[in-house]
Amino acid sequence: MGWVSDTVDSIKSIKVREVLHQLIVLGMIVTTALIIWKGLMCITGTESPVVVVLSGSMEPGFQRGDILFLTMSKDPIRSGDIVVFNIDGRDIPIVHRVIKVHEREDTEDKYYLTKGDNNPMDDRVLYNHGQNWLEKKHIMGRAVGFVPYAGWATIIMSEKPIIKYVLVGALGLLVLTTKE
Amino acid sequence: MHSFGYRANALFTFAVTILGFMCALASFTDSFNSPSPSVQVLKVNWFQKQPNGNDEVSMTLNISADLQSLFTWNTKQVFVFLAAEYVTPKHVLNQISLWDAIIQEKENAKFTITTSNKYRFIDQGSNLRGKEFNLTLHWHVMPKTGKMLADKVVLPGYRLPAEYR
Repeated sequence: MGWVSDTVDSIKSIKVREVLHQLIVLGMIVTTALIIWKGLMCITGTESPVVVVLSGSMEPGFQRGDILFLTMSKDPIRSGDIVVFNIDGRDIPIVHRVIKVHEREDTEDKYYLTKGDNNPMDDRVLYNHGQNWLEKKHIMGRAVGFVPYAGWATIIMSEKPIIKYVLVGALGLLVLTTKE
Repeated sequence: MHSFGYRANALFTFAVTILGFMCALASFTDSFNSPSPSVQVLKVNWFQKQPNGNDEVSMTLNISADLQSLFTWNTKQVFVFLAAEYVTPKHVLNQISLWDAIIQEKENAKFTITTSNKYRFIDQGSNLRGKEFNLTLHWHVMPKTGKMLADKVVLPGYRLPAEYR
């Protein structure tokens, strides 16, 4: 109970300047994180340089909760590459392996078929109705490396958003009550 | 400034950062030799033109390879697949994966398997009669953590029959 009255006291004794200072520090931290993220996007050439594996369709290689590092180089996409792609109209990226490639030289059309290692069938069932192939514009990047288990925090926060609010609330409270 | 909370936080952040670096660098300790596989096309099961105009062929393959040298302490699995590559007038590059397997143990990396093609060998068009093609054995080493490596061996000189059967 002494803790509660201490906290109430410290909130009452807040000076405006201190609060502003701490808000600015917080803003700097957030901006730095944003700069790092955008910088990574420039270096790797893809819009999502880091993705979390959400499904078990690439097991046992990639488990749910792993983090994948992607790049998008000018190298052509070849069979066996693990690519991240978006289906038109859906915003969840999918990470699967390319199993078929057909390329035309004259028109630069390139067609790819993908399949998850752990899926019995190829990805035609995932593509849009009437779509049988992926094209270059659907591919967002190629997986080059990964770190296991590191993505679980993201999965928990997106599946139980209440945890996100609890965390942000607790952080805000900490910012306001630390005497620095 | 020196409370238990601060110290625990600083220690934890430092430990997690070091762990992240170590995970990323783990694959620098790996080094590989080149396996030399062999693939035979035992027989062509059938070779037809589908109603939509695309050629399709089904064949039985005998694939043998020794990929044991790819396994290190940091190897989670080796994904191996066999792709047929050929050229047609309309498509300058075609790669069709015919068969794949996931090897998780070093003992299973030396194998010989006789199988019909796991994925359908369908051309986008009707260009397969008498077609020369390469069979390429690819392998992707997926580590427990770190960078993934891929390599392949190209086996040229296979040819499809000149007539449907």
